[in-house]
Order: sequence, then structure tokens, then C-alpha cells
Amino acid sequence: MSFKTNCLAAVAALALMCGAAQAQTLRYANQGELKSLDPYTVNETTTNAHLGHPYEGLTARGKDLKIEPALAEKWEVSDDGLKWRFFLRKGVKFHNGEDFTADDVIFSAERVRAPGSNFTTRIPTDAKFTKVDDYTIDVTLSSPNPILNAQWDTWYIMSKKWAEANNAVAPTPAAATTPSHASLNANGTGPFKIESHQPGVKTVFKVNENWWNKKVEHNLKEIVFTPIASDATRVAALLSGEVDVIEPVPIQDIQRVNSAGNVQVMTGPELRTIFLGMDQTRDELLESNVKGKNPFKDPKVRQAFYQAIDIETIKSRVMRGLSTPSPLMIAPELFPHAGFTRAKFDTEASKKLLAEAGYPNGFEVGMDCPNDRYVNDGQICQAVVGMLARAGIKVNLNAQPKGQYFAKVLKSGGYKTSFYLLGWTPGTFDSHNVLNDILGCRDVAGSSRGESNLGGYCNKKVDALTDKILVEPDTAKRDAMIKEAFKITVDEFSYIPLHQQALAWGVSKKVKLTQRADNSVLLYYATKE
Amino acid sequence: MLAFILRRLFQSLLVMLSVALIAFAMFRFVGDPVNQLVSLDTPQAQVEQIRRSLGLDDPVIVQFFRYIYNAARLEFGVSYQFRLPVISLLGDRAPATLELAFMSALFSLLVGIPMGVYTALKRDSWLAKILQAVSLIGISLPTFLIGILLIYLFSVTLGLLPSFGRGEVVKIGNWWTTGLLTVSGLKALILPSITLGLFQMTLIMRLVRAEMLEVLRADYIKFARARGLRTRTVNFGHALKNTLVPVITIAGLQLGSIIAFAIITETVFQWPGMGLLFLRAVQNVDIPIMAAYLMLISFLFVSINLIVDLLYAAVDPRLRATIGAH
Repeated sequence: MSFKTNCLAAVAALALMCGAAQAQTLRYANQGELKSLDPYTVNETTTNAHLGHPYEGLTARGKDLKIEPALAEKWEVSDDGLKWRFFLRKGVKFHNGEDFTADDVIFSAERVRAPGSNFTTRIPTDAKFTKVDDYTIDVTLSSPNPILNAQWDTWYIMSKKWAEANNAVAPTPAAATTPSHASLNANGTGPFKIESHQPGVKTVFKVNENWWNKKVEHNLKEIVFTPIASDATRVAALLSGEVDVIEPVPIQDIQRVNSAGNVQVMTGPELRTIFLGMDQTRDELLESNVKGKNPFKDPKVRQAFYQAIDIETIKSRVMRGLSTPSPLMIAPELFPHAGFTRAKFDTEASKKLLAEAGYPNGFEVGMDCPNDRYVNDGQICQAVVGMLARAGIKVNLNAQPKGQYFAKVLKSGGYKTSFYLLGWTPGTFDSHNVLNDILGCRDVAGSSRGESNLGGYCNKKVDALTDKILVEPDTAKRDAMIKEAFKITVDEFSYIPLHQQALAWGVSKKVKLTQRADNSVLLYYATKE
Repeated sequence: MLAFILRRLFQSLLVMLSVALIAFAMFRFVGDPVNQLVSLDTPQAQVEQIRRSLGLDDPVIVQFFRYIYNAARLEFGVSYQFRLPVISLLGDRAPATLELAFMSALFSLLVGIPMGVYTALKRDSWLAKILQAVSLIGISLPTFLIGILLIYLFSVTLGLLPSFGRGEVVKIGNWWTTGLLTVSGLKALILPSITLGLFQMTLIMRLVRAEMLEVLRADYIKFARARGLRTRTVNFGHALKNTLVPVITIAGLQLGSIIAFAIITETVFQWPGMGLLFLRAVQNVDIPIMAAYLMLISFLFVSINLIVDLLYAAVDPRLRATIGAH
């Protein structure tokens, strides 16, 4: 009898050991650093994805980017669309053992809108958060907003008590003089805890055994994250097996990585749209030999530029097949492209259009382009210069690092560009963001509409539709209006959309991973042999 | 003598101020730091508020004097990207850089001197000719290329040594971390030290060779041989000893540049030192880090030069006389 029990105990112990041995350490390298653990400091995809391991929002986005319940189990919207009620999940604990309650949500809603936060746009300024009970929250709005919770997957909930105890009630401002506790420590509810964090050097995540979600998909016990800025070194680290996952793999290295045997490159379309924009505001272009008028104000000239660009050649030569040419300023995953096609590549038609517009011999224009921001951005611009030359346009290319580029072309620099390349992913994953930020008129004083519309394209009909789209709760009607608005901007050649670039992650063959189209590397989807 | 020291100190201070001023003038061309702090869809009002709070809307000269005023009180500000004091960031990264610099200096001396001696003594042997050729490669190949070649050979192909990072480090006291006490830490040091030290090694080898050839022609060596001393004693006891004086001077001076030029090596190997921190700061327009690093490096060079000047004065009586005559 006792022998038998001993045996059973031994078997049980063995099984436990096996279980422990299966839990793996995954080593991950990204080109960028994890700068701050404060979830309201840096609003960029990579940082948000990192912090999505220790922290969680009221909602989450699944592998297909659909909104799912997370810390909120469910929510209801009143008929007038002005009141949202969120039912919070019970029994959730922060990493330090505190219970998650409505107070934490209200606290986080204040903190995320406080000065120093880079996420103030997550919640409308006039939204009121009220506690109904410990696990119910009401959000009252002054105007209906059907996409209120579209970005709440990256509005992470922090613990009120913890923040108060550690003097971290306010987000770490850019001009901080003392380091904030929250930028070096994290206390969330998520699937991984921060074990150690050396800013810019190494961050170790340990699995959270007490995570509320019982559907754990990963088999990891630890994630070791190291930034590796140099492309060649990052690829070498993957090939030599020192890391299991890298992001990104440079396009020119993809073939080599795939032929190495023990690793592979996961590619897929990204949500970011790369496009060319033209200054349509100034009466005379800043950088052009056309004086006294602005050729880009004429839709014919814009169409001529559009049709001069051979997008298939850019795809095959510059992007090595890893791009999806796009007729719209938004990715097909976010709004269907049905009914839209790109204007045909036709150099002769371009020349004709230019002649009709009064430029039979073409003209000269300066172009601004970043060379370290998007996939092969500098080369895309060089290709565009060559293609426009065939239509008689002489483009003087100014390709520069993103630091200088953005300082010149953005609003803060006075929109000092005539012709430029930019990339855009709508933060809300919704067309309204594109219509408002990129395609909206920027002439309304005091409004933030069109602030990223660097060329200043403007059509009041589009703006009117955009306003209606914001408050329209019916999805079918809303989509019809979005389509109508996009149709106007396409017909007027407001911009020249180029393509959606591709994602390229290098992954060891021992690792199984889900690639989300927003380029978030989420290792709680990962299993490792 | 005191007047001389004071004058040199004053000059050093002037050099550092000029470096700071030039640095500040250049920062304007690196880009707009605020754009790196916010995302593209941040409302413009908020962008302006951040710019004001950082004092970036002031004229450059105002920013410069504010910086000097703070630097004089050893306040170097807070990094824009990390939101941590620059002093503590540089302090955290300094051990990595210093250890790397020390190891590459050691490597360049331990390998460079024997190679120099050998090529001087056996000028016509085929090995000497090979070593000469190799040293040419060391001088002419850019650092990042050497680094990447070493990574592909020793990490990717042979799988012997790590391609990035410092390995396991051990904390000593509050301020120092070392990779010298763990196997992975030592392994991680090998490739970056060779990459960083290769140029210095070839320099030292060529210097030793030239000096050695010079010394071997000297009369006292001929006399030593004539006295019937063993070749070994003549070569190593007399010739090498006299060769080493200028070598040590040069090696000391080069230590400063090893630290300053570790930037490339640190980037290739993702070595978490001050150089990597600086390079990333340039890419992210993190002015407080850039400014502090440039000040630190200029301080390093200014102090090395000051010490050398003072040593010359102490060693050479003729110099002292001219100084006194001023």
C-alpha cells in the first residue's frame, strides 16, 4: 500500500517536473527600446504591445483585431448613445495582490487625460466617469460616440492605491526632473509581470500565475526582451539562435533568413498606408519653378502625378513583393476596398493631363521624404522621382532622417513641404480617424481637424460627412457615408495612396506565434517547443 | 608654475564651453525633439505645451546658458525618451564602456607589442610579411565591417560566441557591474574587444616595429652585441625596454579615443554602454543625453591633455624654464 502511494507520488512529482520543464523562456529582440513602463508616456505600437503584457485595458483586441471584453466583461449603450455602462470583471487582482475595482478605472480615466499623458485622445475630454458600484461604471458623453471604446485596448488600467502609495498619480511628464516610480515599475493585471527592467538594455517578464483569464495560450514562464538596434546584428542573433523572435526583419534579409533552416520569416500585410501628399493650400509652392500659382491646386496635375506612378514596379523592385497596392488611404482590413480601384499607370495620359493643365513641358518641384521611418521609404521616393521624370516632372528629392523630416513637414514646423511621403495607421482602426486627421480641412481655427493633413486638401462636403460619421450609431448607414466620403476624395485625387507595407517578423521554427496586422508582437500568443 | 597650471585650466574650461556651444548649435539640425515624444495624432495644443514645458521655445542662446548654469551645478537634466536623470543613465552605462575600453586596450597591447617585436626582428620572414599585411587590413577596414564579419564567423557560422549584449553581469557595490566574473560575460567581451582594439593593435604594432628598428641601429645596441651578450638579452633587455617609452605614451593617449570611438562597436554588438546610448539619443533627438555625453567626452580629452602637459612640464626641465620665463 505504502509502496503504491509512493509510486503515485513519484508519478505525480514527475508529471509536475515535466510541466515545469515545458514552461519555456522566450527571448525577443526588437529594433526599438522599451523606454518607460509608464503606460501613458509613449504612444507607439511597439511600446503599447510590450506594456500589453503586464497591463490590460477594459477591452482587448483579438487576433483578428476585433474588440473583445477584457477587464470589462460587457457593456451597454443607451438608446441616445450618450451613456455607456461598463460591467467590470470580478475577482481580478493586480500583480501586487490588490483587487481591481471601479475606483481603479475612474483613477485611470483621470490619469490618462492629465497633462503629461500622451494618450489624452483615448477618452473625449468631456466624458464623465461615474461609479455605480464597485464593479459598474457609467460613462456619460455630451455627444454620441459609437467608437468610444475603439482605442481602449491600449488604455491600460492602473491601480489607484499603488499609484498613490508610490507618488505616481500624475503621468510622467516630458519635462520631469525626477524619475517616476511608474516609469521603472509596473503593477497591472496582465498575463506577465515585470521581473526586472533596465531601460534601453533588457526587460524580463515573468508569467503571472494568478491571471484571471483561464484560457492561457502560451507555455512560457519568462520573456527576455533585448533591443537590438543594428539590423545585421539582430538578424545574426536570430540565425545563431540567441533570440527566438525578432521584429522587424529587413526586407533584403528575408530570403537569407528563410533559407537558414532553423528560422523563418512571418510576413503579412500591415495596417499602415504609405501615400504621397501635395501642398494644395499655398498660392505658390515653396519648392518649385512655377511662380505665382500652385499647380497642385489643379486636380488634373494631381491626377497626372498619380498616373505617372507605376505601383507594380515599386511593389516588385523596391518592396520585393511585400506590399499591397492600395486605392484608398486606409487598409482593406479596416475598410473594404470594394468599388475602388487605383487610377491606371499611364505615362502618356500623365503628359496629356499636364499639357491640359498648362504645363506641356512639366515643371520642377521639391519632395520631402523620410529615409528611416517606413519600410524602404527612401528607395520608394527615388523610384517615384524616376517615374515622374518620364512624365516630364523634375523632382528634387530631399530624403532625410525622420528627426529632420518631421521637424520640417509637420504643423509644428509650418508644413514646409510641397510634395511628401507619409505613412498613416488610424489609431482607432476606424475610417473616421483618416477622414478627420488626414482628409479634413485644416482651416477651422481652434479645431484639431486636419492637423496631419500636411498638404491641406479640403472639401467641406467631406467634413460634413465626417461629422455625421462620428455620431452615426447604425453601422450600415455609417459605412455608406464613409464610402461616399472616400469616393469624393478619390475622385479629386486628394492624395496618391501607394500601398500597405508588409510586416516581417523573424521567428525560430521552435516558436509558434500569431501575427496581428497592427504589428503588435504579443507573446502571450506564443508557444515554444 | 602655478600661473601655468591656472592658465591651462582656464584654457580647458574655454575648450569645454566651446564644445557645448557648438553642440547646442548643431542640435537644431538634428530635428525636433518634441516630435519624438508625441505620436502623429497628438493634438497640436498639447505638442506646444510640451515644447514650452521643456523650454524648447526659447532662443538657442537662452537654452545654452540655462544648460551651462545647470551643468555647473552638475544638473544634466532628464532624458526625453527615458524620463530618467541623464547622470544615472550615463552612470549605469559607464561600466560597460569602460570595461570594453580596458579590455580592448589590453588586447591591443598584448597582441600588438609581440607582433611589432617579431616583425622588427625577423623583417624578412614570411610570417612578418603576413602580419604586416594583416595590420594593413586592421587599419583600413571600417570598424562596423570588422564587427559584422566577426559576428558572422564566430556567432552565426561557428556558434561559439554571442553576437550581442554583455552576457550575465555581476553587480559590485552600487555603481559597478562587471562581466569579467561570469563565463557568458567574458565570452561576450571577446568579439567587441577585438573589434574596438584592432585599429589600436595595428597602430601599436607599427609603432613598436618602427621604434624597435630605430633602437636596434643605436650605438649602445651595437656595443651590447660587441660585448658578447646573448641576442635574447640584447633584444628584450635593452632594445624593447627603450622602445616602450613612446608606446606607453601613445597607448595612454589612445585610451581616450577608445572610449570616445566605442560608439560604432557598441552599436554593432548592442553593447549597453554610453556610446550606444548616445547614438540612440541622436536618432531620437534626446538632447539632454547628447549634450551630457559630448560634455563628458570633451572633459575626458581635456583632462588627458592637461595631465600630459603637466607631466611634460614636470619631466622636462627645459619646458619648466620656458614656462617660468613667460
